[in-house]
Amino acid sequence: MPAPTEKYSPDVRLAGRQASNSDKNRRSLIFLGILWFSLLVAFGFLVVLLVTTFLDGIGRYDSRLFTNYNNTTPEDAGARAGILGSIMVIAVTALMAIPIGIGAALYLEEFSRKDRWYNRLFELNIQNLSAVPAILYGLLTLGLMGALGFKERNIVFGGALALALLILPVIIITTREALRAVPQEIRDGSLALGATQWQTAWRQTLPAALPGISTGTILALSRAMGEAAPLLLLGVAVYITYDPNGLTSGFTTMPIQIFNWTSAPQEEFKTLAAATSILLLSILLAMNGIAIYIRNRFAKRW
Amino acid sequence: MSTDQIGGPPLAGPRTVGPPEGFSLRSTNKRYGERVIIAGLFTCGALSVLITIGIAWALIAPAIAFFQEVSVSEFLTGTKWAPRFKPPAYGVLPLVLGTLWTTGIALLVAVPFGLGAAVYLAEYAPERRRRTLKPVLELLAGIPSVVYGFFALEFMTKVVLQDWLSLPVGTFNVLSAGIVLGVMIIPTVASLSEDALTAVPLAIRQGSFALGANKMQTTVRVVFPAAISGIAAAVVLGISRGLGETMIVATAAGQRPNMVSSPFEGGQTMTGFIANAALGDSRVGSLEYNTLFAVGLLLFLFTLVVNIISIRMVRRFREAY
Repeated sequence: MPAPTEKYSPDVRLAGRQASNSDKNRRSLIFLGILWFSLLVAFGFLVVLLVTTFLDGIGRYDSRLFTNYNNTTPEDAGARAGILGSIMVIAVTALMAIPIGIGAALYLEEFSRKDRWYNRLFELNIQNLSAVPAILYGLLTLGLMGALGFKERNIVFGGALALALLILPVIIITTREALRAVPQEIRDGSLALGATQWQTAWRQTLPAALPGISTGTILALSRAMGEAAPLLLLGVAVYITYDPNGLTSGFTTMPIQIFNWTSAPQEEFKTLAAATSILLLSILLAMNGIAIYIRNRFAKRW
Repeated sequence: MSTDQIGGPPLAGPRTVGPPEGFSLRSTNKRYGERVIIAGLFTCGALSVLITIGIAWALIAPAIAFFQEVSVSEFLTGTKWAPRFKPPAYGVLPLVLGTLWTTGIALLVAVPFGLGAAVYLAEYAPERRRRTLKPVLELLAGIPSVVYGFFALEFMTKVVLQDWLSLPVGTFNVLSAGIVLGVMIIPTVASLSEDALTAVPLAIRQGSFALGANKMQTTVRVVFPAAISGIAAAVVLGISRGLGETMIVATAAGQRPNMVSSPFEGGQTMTGFIANAALGDSRVGSLEYNTLFAVGLLLFLFTLVVNIISIRMVRRFREAY
């Protein structure tokens, strides 16, 4: 259910919004000033962070960043392995997390009986999983890779597994919200015309919820793309000098490279970290923008 | 629920369409193909429980091996953390203290500014402005933590704390890490608090206005208290994010475990230790390897308790209206 206030904003909210004379006394204005200041601080930090990162890194944002591998001499170092690694790992993460996440959400929202204890357990558990620190998913993956018999842990499959586990709860939660926003009448209509439950879910509910699901999924993937903590535990090597070329290939990602270069003592490496941050931020901002566009453009208001 | 009906048709009240009470439109035929599909979807749902069990198992098994060599009381009460020294010391308190410092400072930043932003967006901002401001605010949550880490080390510490404020801070300090961590969790606190404030029924506000209260009085004395459990849940979730964040503290707070006694000192957090120790190579099954999991287990228990408190609080505020 979307918040009722969204739909009926004119009469529901106006009452509280119109400023009367009693809202213009000094205390009210100071209070409003404090609220404005809070927002200003948050936006100020955002702007300063983006600007300083840009100014720090723009001098090194050149072709070497894209074509060169990491190197001990800062002038020759680049993030090629990290860029390709990030793209590859996120693609595999998406393939693992999206089908399972949507499947779980469909089950919980469309098919599960709420009175069964195990369904309540699933829900509580998913809520809890979404707040488990990212780094613990790294420890889990470390254990899993050992149990599955992989000797090399720093491989594309391992990284994607860690990130898929990390974003699975996020995808399930946002998909459920999107499914819940589809009105019951659409399901009833489909069922009344003789469609089965699965046909209803697959041909009516899921397509109707698709904009919301896409938005949530893109945001989850962008979170995975910026995450470094769980990958550190796989012992990700920072001196990868080849392109990742398969599920069992060694890899590094942009966030790992940024972390490594930030910790390096030479100033030139810090500049390189900022340059890679510019690229990473541009990609993530683009993904966020697409997600917001989909939400505003395609989301139906029932 | 009846309060929602003012000014519009019933929203979540009694259903006006759909099958009659007691009838179901679900199929009465057993369709075996569908059952297979539903079983598949059920498996996807059940996987989440397997993941939790997996986390618990992955943490507990090596942690047990750890506690066979190091006593629990030494681990929990020792004030020196030096697993790589000879002789090694396994007192986890310095790591816990480091985590509490960074999280505490982060809350001092995130709670006031997050709540201020939430109150403005929920109570004061016109609908159009709210729609543009909110996604921008949420961008703060979308910035990768490694970039925040770089910002904390290169700008917050070197420029703001050292150059502008001339504070006696070293390259690594919990103050800078905590402030930037706080900025990162502002959207978490703001977003959930805004939901809680918006969920307060309009009739309560109208009642307050009718009694002659102005906008500010209504917001502070009526709406805010009515939403308090949801706001508390938002703060608690912020705490959980702070406890678990790794890259900012690993970059800016330092790597030296230390009984931190002032915000200007550097220190290591639980997450910082796990990240840092993972960079060195430790053999599977060695004490050093198991140490990672013992600290991980402690972190998991911390966040689990905090998360359960938060989920409980959210439930309570949902039931209120």
